[in-house]
Amino acid sequence: MRKDIITSAIGMLVLTLVCGLAYPLLVTGISQVAFHGNANGQQVFVDGKLVGSKIIGQAFTDAKGNPLPQYFQSRPSGTDPADNDAGTEFANYGPNSVITEKAIAANIKQYIALNGKYYPGGLNAGKVPVDAADTSASGVDPDISVLNADIQAYRIAAVRHLSLATVHGLISKYTSGRGLGFSGEPGVDVLELNLALNRLRTNP
Amino acid sequence: MTISGWLTIFLFVGVLTALAIPMGSYLAAVYSGERTFLDPIMRVPERFAYRIMRVDPTREQNWKQYAKSLIIFSLVGWLLIYFILRTQGLWSFTGLNPMGFHSMPANVTFNTASSFLTNTNWQYYGGETTMSYFSQMAGLAVQNYASAAVGIVVAVALIRGIAGRTGSSLGNFYQDVVRTILWILLPLSFVISLVLVSQGSIQNFSHYLNFHGIQQIAQTIAMGPVASQEAIKLLGTNGGGFFNVNSAHPFENPTGFTNFFEMLVVLLIPAALVFAYGKMVGARRQGYAIYTTMMVMFLGAVIVCYIAEAHGSPAQHAAGLHTAVTAGSTGGNLEGKEQRFGIAGSAIFNVVTTVTSCGAVNSALESFTGIGGAVPFANLSASEVIFGGVGTGLYSILLYVLLAVFIGGLMVGRTPEYLGKKIGAREIKLVSLGILITPLSALFCTALATASSAGRASIDTAVAGGGPQAFSETFYAYLSQANNNGSAFAGYTGFIQPNAGNLGSHGISFADFLGGGAMLFARYAPILFALAVAGSLAGKRVSPAGLGTMRTDNGTFVVLLIGVIVLVGALTFFPAMLLGPIVQGLTGHLY
Repeated sequence: MRKDIITSAIGMLVLTLVCGLAYPLLVTGISQVAFHGNANGQQVFVDGKLVGSKIIGQAFTDAKGNPLPQYFQSRPSGTDPADNDAGTEFANYGPNSVITEKAIAANIKQYIALNGKYYPGGLNAGKVPVDAADTSASGVDPDISVLNADIQAYRIAAVRHLSLATVHGLISKYTSGRGLGFSGEPGVDVLELNLALNRLRTNP
Repeated sequence: MTISGWLTIFLFVGVLTALAIPMGSYLAAVYSGERTFLDPIMRVPERFAYRIMRVDPTREQNWKQYAKSLIIFSLVGWLLIYFILRTQGLWSFTGLNPMGFHSMPANVTFNTASSFLTNTNWQYYGGETTMSYFSQMAGLAVQNYASAAVGIVVAVALIRGIAGRTGSSLGNFYQDVVRTILWILLPLSFVISLVLVSQGSIQNFSHYLNFHGIQQIAQTIAMGPVASQEAIKLLGTNGGGFFNVNSAHPFENPTGFTNFFEMLVVLLIPAALVFAYGKMVGARRQGYAIYTTMMVMFLGAVIVCYIAEAHGSPAQHAAGLHTAVTAGSTGGNLEGKEQRFGIAGSAIFNVVTTVTSCGAVNSALESFTGIGGAVPFANLSASEVIFGGVGTGLYSILLYVLLAVFIGGLMVGRTPEYLGKKIGAREIKLVSLGILITPLSALFCTALATASSAGRASIDTAVAGGGPQAFSETFYAYLSQANNNGSAFAGYTGFIQPNAGNLGSHGISFADFLGGGAMLFARYAPILFALAVAGSLAGKRVSPAGLGTMRTDNGTFVVLLIGVIVLVGALTFFPAMLLGPIVQGLTGHLY
């Protein structure tokens, strides 16, 4: 009994030193040298100022939460406020819940209000892509679907006085394909896309 | 549904099997004391560990000694992690608490400490608002290693009992733990974490990033040593997320490729152990039969879940959404799922982590459709024997194998025997108790929590309302904790945290203590029964197989085994499942 307690106590302390401290420190050291950008979250800077991470979604809204029409809009988020990476959470909307239906219907309404008048032939609920109406899992999903981006492209082109071809060119530039060609789905990185739009404006 | 979705499923099965077979041979070599390629590196630290722990690795233990060492080792681990979590603020001097987080209240800490000790990783807290880097690394990750090792060594001990030709020895507990960590968990985690960083996971000790974006609103991005934590969380089938949203977070699981990679990591050891088993008992076909059983049930779960999720949910359809696949859109029930994983990547991931005791999620289980959500319920109802946790899966299914042998023996009217060892009344009593403890704990706790107002306080009424979803939340919470899984219908809560950093936070004692107790009881009681079975079998004489011996390595036995598993799970849980997910799956009704 006593021998087991001593052995276990020493074992736990050694385990803490090796697996709890030495292991993460070693991985951090190597990562910081070999994959510096990734290890620090793929930070993006504009004019020397940090504006986000390439792989963390942001809400492109004003301070009151109204969408800014000149920017591509991210997916709906379940965090408070939207796209809050310091407090991620699922929305936890159930599949058969009236609350879920109302939330999805509100997202559809907002999407149509924002994009409907620019989209040829107008939009209705059946034409809204699921990723634009459904809450993401992380609340900070950096991507939107290609269809979602293509629909928003009409608005962006009109608001920013750009040709549709220019916007589509940027969309395909910032679309990442499936992992290994089959795993997952293609997604368009919203932050990178919006940064590229801003660069167009400043460097014509 | 898409071609790439189906392709992902079948490539996953192929790649997993191709990796698990050589890994199984490696595991068998490690536990049989044969030479491996890591010996030149690990022999020295191994000897050093024995010296400072005062362990004589040549001293073999019988099942009671083995169990005693295991229980004391776990008890010390529980005290250590509870201490570290409760003194979180005091460790700020290490520089590993840049956000200045305080400790969680005692009731939530009890739940969390029990959760990580038992390989459950049920989380009432959210990592980025609660845990310092020090707690994550020196507290939680250490238990990720220890609990994975404990699970594996119990399986190894049971294998030795079944294979044993002489005496009552099951090996030496401390030697098995040390070898598990040095030869398997540590080197693999190291490689896996670097692969994850190379794909976009983060690994640093920085303060969270505060900035104003191009839209001029203030934002914060959480940081931390994520990749090193992610690697062992998946490899050890622990499942505790660094962030609240677990593997849905882009820093934990950045791309479609990492999603595939992480699923392989979760199943690698549970699948390999089955092949190691065949090798160690000297009858590889026994391993193949168990692997086939697991794979058939796994594929069934994946296919049902994928089809259900691709169909979409009643709430989506009621709101007017079209959920068919169209050019440029995944379609399906994308509520609570990430764009980069899509429907297939989310469905497979959550099946992988609920058949195992991992419990990591890359999408919101609570938002899965009725039938899609019934799949994780069914996986848990099978008591984690479809691959299961590292070690726990193998020793649990071996208990079912013995039960199936017994039932088969009754059918053909012969004394049941397994691998030449007669299965007597004592073994079957122990097996039955070992199998029944988990379902009993789950149902008892669910009933208690549903019937009491203290239990219902944990339900997220704002989202679940009062319909079947509210029952599903409660049922899943205790099913998950009793099975040491750790995934959640995440609306259910035992921790109220109005501010980041635990100021003014409080736990819900009923949920915290009931769940914590269930995790401890349903972890250690079956372990004791499994070790007792091992001890009981170890000393038995082996009689040569005769003409009338029931074979346990052919298709008939696989069917019998699946039948027994489904029957025990179905009889125990089906009535309760009907009230929650299944009723939602069968109606288009909104509650």
